[in-house]
Amino acid sequence: MTFSRAYRTAVSLPPLLWVTAFLLVPYALLFCYSFWSVSPSQIIVHSWTLDNYRELFRVNVYLQTLFRSMWIACRVMIFSLLLGYPLAYYLSFHAGKRKDILYQLVIIPLWVSYLVRAYAWKTILGSDGVLNTLLQYVHLTRHPLEFLLYSPFAVVLTLTHIYTPFVLLPIYASLEHIPRNLVEASHDLGATPKQTFRRVIFPLSIPGVLAGATFAFVLSLGDFLAPLLLGGPSGIMISNIVVSLFGAAYNWPLGAAISLCMLGLVVALLFVSENLEKKWSFR
Amino acid sequence: MATTPETAISGPATAVVRPLLSVRNLSKSFGKTSVLRSISLDIAEGEFLTILGESGSGKTTLLRIIAGFETVNSGEILMAGERLNHLPPYRRRVNTVFQNYALFPHLTVEQNIAYGLRVANVPKREIMTRVEQSLAMVKMSVHAKSKPAKISGGQQQRVALARALVNRPRLLLLDEPLSALDANLRRQMQMELKSLQREVGIAFVFVTHEQEEAMVMSDRIALLRQGELEQVASPREIYNRPATSYAAQFIGHTNLLQAEVRAGIARCHSLSWPVTLPDGKALFSLRPENIRLAGNCTLPSESPVVRVKGVICQQAFHGATELVEVECADGFAFSVRIASHDIGANELDLEFSSADAVPVLESPNGVSQP
Repeated sequence: MTFSRAYRTAVSLPPLLWVTAFLLVPYALLFCYSFWSVSPSQIIVHSWTLDNYRELFRVNVYLQTLFRSMWIACRVMIFSLLLGYPLAYYLSFHAGKRKDILYQLVIIPLWVSYLVRAYAWKTILGSDGVLNTLLQYVHLTRHPLEFLLYSPFAVVLTLTHIYTPFVLLPIYASLEHIPRNLVEASHDLGATPKQTFRRVIFPLSIPGVLAGATFAFVLSLGDFLAPLLLGGPSGIMISNIVVSLFGAAYNWPLGAAISLCMLGLVVALLFVSENLEKKWSFR
Repeated sequence: MATTPETAISGPATAVVRPLLSVRNLSKSFGKTSVLRSISLDIAEGEFLTILGESGSGKTTLLRIIAGFETVNSGEILMAGERLNHLPPYRRRVNTVFQNYALFPHLTVEQNIAYGLRVANVPKREIMTRVEQSLAMVKMSVHAKSKPAKISGGQQQRVALARALVNRPRLLLLDEPLSALDANLRRQMQMELKSLQREVGIAFVFVTHEQEEAMVMSDRIALLRQGELEQVASPREIYNRPATSYAAQFIGHTNLLQAEVRAGIARCHSLSWPVTLPDGKALFSLRPENIRLAGNCTLPSESPVVRVKGVICQQAFHGATELVEVECADGFAFSVRIASHDIGANELDLEFSSADAVPVLESPNGVSQP
């Protein structure tokens, strides 16, 4: 199909403008800011310097928080894979007639506001929350368990709950794409269901696993609400620092430098996962 | 799977001592639709049996039942005396070549072929030699390291075959394996498959809807129609002595003569010939090539010769022969196959041996082929 030049320009212009105005320009600004500095009188000085990046690597708390964020994201990724894969596998291969309804049940939580779900965990995990009340009621504990809320544990739990559907969906899609006659061929060649899973089904679902894992990791890494609501001092993540640098601390240049570092990290991750996915897809 | 006694190459399928596979009184339905009804079929060691039928006849379902992918509603499947009914596919000494090959896309040709041996924990050394032999057998050694997506359809077909045969199954099932190939490659593969089967001596059950393919390759053909076996016989027998009008028309081309038998004489329009049938209606199949130009060649003299005159109303040139539609004075029309160079006049003087008019049973619900 061929389209006229005018038509092509007309359809590509709006998205191009959108991307320029709301993505490229802000990124360019962010880039500039990261090389500027703040004067003692709280004025942003437009002279080029690498101080922000030096600061980032010199002050322990930034790197520590970044590593903690990565570690939290890593755990969220692992737990949502452990939850999402078996469920996706069951949905795709064994759910039979219940497939559609179960699929909907997975999707429905996505319609509920992220904030509502985070607050729900707060009421469950708090010292007067559902869980602690129950534990004391059945005399498993005498005092409320404090580590449940305002800890990395709470953040990991909440993010896992929120991002598991994002992990499940690409895995489910890749499992659905496996031709069923490959499974039959495997059985026909003498492989038990277990061997078939290990040698055929799992390898062919790797693109979905990679996509899901990337989702969970990247989305968790940049998360800011869950640590804010449930993290407490020990559960602070890198986004919280960026927010406070752009807010109360009024150090936009340093905030911009941290943001750009994270952006670089995420882009590198997406690039790697994209390439791995390509390597593992055969159709 | 590793410890297979070499199956001996047996002769033609006629002398069945104890069948390798026995299907007894098998029925299958999906919901309310009955797909197979009381199928009984024996397959001998080393036999090449073709299940022939139109689409929807149940031939693929029958194959899938033997492979273990479908359960049956009633009936038995026995392999060398052992009941297979509830054995999962991975416990059956049966391998399948799938219609679209079903090669594992993430494995190389070599790894695909090694798959069955690997899951059976065959020692690495043995796997290597057996895979190499199989690759050589199907002439695919050069492509050992290729992924299935990188080789052609015909090559994928060979790999699928090698992947199944390397396990030395007692029975190999082939589900329309040639249907995706173009006509020339197909004919070549028919020959290769047939000679390969002779070489390895494993019994093949081959499913196809192509009657010509079935004739060329098989020791025996099991003709399936609407879930029931119409006839099971060698290609020659099924062609020369079709049991039913459907068999006669599905395999090759034929004239069906609706005749009235009275006192040992069958009459159909102006034609009549002696038969040994009871009085009443009878249906006969007469192959176009069994009708010849009168006096042109000598017919076996044991059976009476029937003569008939007619005019050509249609001609189809087939190269060496021509299929000619002939109409008699009384409106009775039939087709005749004669050598192209023999056709001179528009009016033909024809004859056929009454022995070539084979009485057949009328298949119910009409016939789907003209």
